[in-house]
Amino acid sequence: MSEGFQRRRGGGAVATFTGFEADLLRSLASQLVELLRNEVAAPHPGDDPLEQMLDFSGPTTEPEDPVLARLFPNAYPDDEEAAGEFRRYTESALRDSKARAAVEVIETLEEAGLPVELAEDGLVVDVELDAEAAGTWLRSFTDVRLALATRLGVEDEDEDYWAALPDDDPRAHVFDIYQWVGYLQETLVAAVMR
Amino acid sequence: MTCVSAPTPVELDQPETEDLTLLERPWVTIVWNDPVNLMSYVTYVFQSYFGYSRKKAEKLMLEVHHDGKSVVASGSREEMERDVQAMHEYGLWATMEKSG
Repeated sequence: MSEGFQRRRGGGAVATFTGFEADLLRSLASQLVELLRNEVAAPHPGDDPLEQMLDFSGPTTEPEDPVLARLFPNAYPDDEEAAGEFRRYTESALRDSKARAAVEVIETLEEAGLPVELAEDGLVVDVELDAEAAGTWLRSFTDVRLALATRLGVEDEDEDYWAALPDDDPRAHVFDIYQWVGYLQETLVAAVMR
Repeated sequence: MTCVSAPTPVELDQPETEDLTLLERPWVTIVWNDPVNLMSYVTYVFQSYFGYSRKKAEKLMLEVHHDGKSVVASGSREEMERDVQAMHEYGLWATMEKSG
């Protein structure tokens, strides 16, 4: 088991992962990228083809997927029109920056020695992040945790519920992963906090 | 934290300074509590993005945690839209509204 991140001399953080752990992080980040790029942030198509071609703006309504709805919350809860305008100008950029952050996590893991197909037992992946990369990882850990928690239906102070799930309940396994990413994030914040 | 005084009747030839303050900072960014984000991370975000001191960032984080929400910034509508977008980029649940 990884002990999480530690402060790096000169800023940033370092961590050592087993091949399995690095592979799991890559898999979580990949799923995030897929989700962010799958349900296209497209405006509602109009009838006029010229209008469609000239419309470079983003969506104005909340995403249907609950994870995406949590990642891109309504900025104006009491003003539907303003909320739509805000979404039109921000959601595409936010999707892009979140997807790029997750891709950066994947690339860092692979550059640190994680093969495309994990085969070797006993593989160790040493990750070294400068302060900027640590910020990117922190944001991506947050997105992964928000996605897992939304799928699970995590609520405030419900640890007992999750702890009581039988081991063969797949949600128990997902909750373990959610907590593990939370642990990694906690150590990474501690490593970079001023 | 903003501190907005109650609106007072304005006489046309005597503008009140409190009202000027209100006009300059008419919008607020609110961060809401959620069951996922770590307290340490929320503090980190307030320090990193807003440049708040550790003490102020922790105070705002505890407000979010205990009161369910906290006003973390105030300013023009454009400034608050920028802040809300940034909070969403960090994964915090943020909204904006007119202050007062």
